[in-house]
Amino acid sequence: MSTQLLTPQTLAQKLIAKAAGKSHVGVGDIVNCQVDLAMFHDSSGPRRLKPMLEELGAQIWDKSKVVLVMDHYVPEQDDDSRRIVRIARDWARDQQLPHVYDSMGICHVVLPQKGHLKPGMFCVGGDSHSPTGGALGTYMFGVGSTEMLGVVVTGQLWVRVPQTYLMKWHKRLQTGVTAKDMMLYMIGKFGMNGGNYQAVEFAGEAVQALSMQERMTLSNMSAEMGSQVGLIAPDKVTRDWLATTGAKDVQIDGWHTDEGAEAFVHEFDAATLVPQVAAPHSPANTKAVGEFANTPIQVAYIGACTGAKLDDLRAAAQILKGQRMPQGVRLMVAPASLQDQAQAESEGVMRSLRDAGAEILPTSCGACSGYGGSIPDGANVIASTARNFKGRMGSATAQVYLASPYTVAASALRGSISDPREVLA
Amino acid sequence: MSALHKVWKIGADIDTDQLAPGAYMKLGIHDIAKHCLEGVRPEFAAQVQEGDVLVAGPNFGIGSSREQAADALVKLGVKAVISPSYGGLYFRNAFNLGLLLLTCKEAELLDEGEQVALDLSTWTVVRANGQRLACDSIPDFLLAMVQAGGLLPQLKLRLQQERASQ
Repeated sequence: MSTQLLTPQTLAQKLIAKAAGKSHVGVGDIVNCQVDLAMFHDSSGPRRLKPMLEELGAQIWDKSKVVLVMDHYVPEQDDDSRRIVRIARDWARDQQLPHVYDSMGICHVVLPQKGHLKPGMFCVGGDSHSPTGGALGTYMFGVGSTEMLGVVVTGQLWVRVPQTYLMKWHKRLQTGVTAKDMMLYMIGKFGMNGGNYQAVEFAGEAVQALSMQERMTLSNMSAEMGSQVGLIAPDKVTRDWLATTGAKDVQIDGWHTDEGAEAFVHEFDAATLVPQVAAPHSPANTKAVGEFANTPIQVAYIGACTGAKLDDLRAAAQILKGQRMPQGVRLMVAPASLQDQAQAESEGVMRSLRDAGAEILPTSCGACSGYGGSIPDGANVIASTARNFKGRMGSATAQVYLASPYTVAASALRGSISDPREVLA
Repeated sequence: MSALHKVWKIGADIDTDQLAPGAYMKLGIHDIAKHCLEGVRPEFAAQVQEGDVLVAGPNFGIGSSREQAADALVKLGVKAVISPSYGGLYFRNAFNLGLLLLTCKEAELLDEGEQVALDLSTWTVVRANGQRLACDSIPDFLLAMVQAGGLLPQLKLRLQQERASQ
């Protein structure tokens, strides 16, 4: 017994062990876990779950542990989207679901803001960017609708305990360099499927210095590295942020990777990182921003769970305050949640963006996933989103570059891909 | 040993947006399937036959959690995908939908249009010339899920048994 208790474990192992009701799990073990919370949205959720539940004649295992967010097909733009959103609304009402957030923002941002996530929980989401929850020390990952059906009926699912890649970022980021740049750099280095569905854990001085929303950007884009989860050990920043959501009884003790636990450690120097840009059509096509100098831009998009949270809006406004978009450049901003938009409004951030010529779009997934919005054919687009797969944003001929909100704003302002540090200087 | 399956070859990094394009996600699965892989092999959806196999480069199915990316292949009759590696989420979705994924480091050796057999007792892909390509073994519970047609039929059976025993 004592040897097992003394075996050092990663944060991922500890979180899975708790959900599996075990004192210890080994890498590669396949275990059955109890799910603390299941989140799904209008696209992956009711329209797919309802008919399957009816076919089974089964009920939701625990409605208090289910969260539904309408964010993909809102606001409804045509008959198909009206039908899909109506299914979600009718089902939420018929089932009397206690946690429903309709047109209030993107699920991965709304879920933590409404206090649903805490360190130590084991959660699934019906969306690939569900690893966002890892920023709070929650083991959270995406599943498809059929697997979600299994969770909704049984409250359980299997996992294979993953290896951990421990990303240690030493020193501090320069001004104008963000979590998004860290992530694009790591995806460029490790690729879109960088391991064997590994757990990534972000650590080091630069990570500890990040705000909670910046941490969410790291965890969010763990998906683009092929990770199951993107974890950050909870600390004072986590506890303080959770206090603002009304979450009570937050325990952070023990939720960290033990000294000597089995992990692949990768070390990075945050102080020398420069803004990064991913070229079409992969988030792994990353180079330093300077490599793309003079690349003209017609459309700039600040949106998505990855790149339109309050901190992202603040960064864009810092670049654009008192400035005006040049002719021939279109800037679109779709804030990630109503709460973030309201706070940005009260700080004057939204005003700075509007005055610079930004079009403000609804707080939904919108153009990021090609579900809404309009990216013109053939345009060069720079976006603060997570993915630039060919055709994803709705046009097969658009060339989509990914960057931080600072870099997107600076590039919009200059009409070509630009280093935000030059504008901030 | 299974019957013979015709090989369709495709490159690396095939993402879920190629398999189930966002613009068609509003539609039902049979309509999404008509557009499966249209960006890279426009003739695939119309010409693929029941029992064919898809042989892909590394990182097949990276990207979104949309399981339609696996279901589209099931609906088109694809028997299995053979690739050196898969997106982790896609791997889970495929088995949940009843699509067999074989992880084969040497998938690249297979030729477009050739006929192969799948030997799940030895986890090998068998070529017409007798060459055997090794695949990773799959845990019993996942193989059982695929053979049952996916998680939904399995759950249905389990719930029926629970009700019968009550």
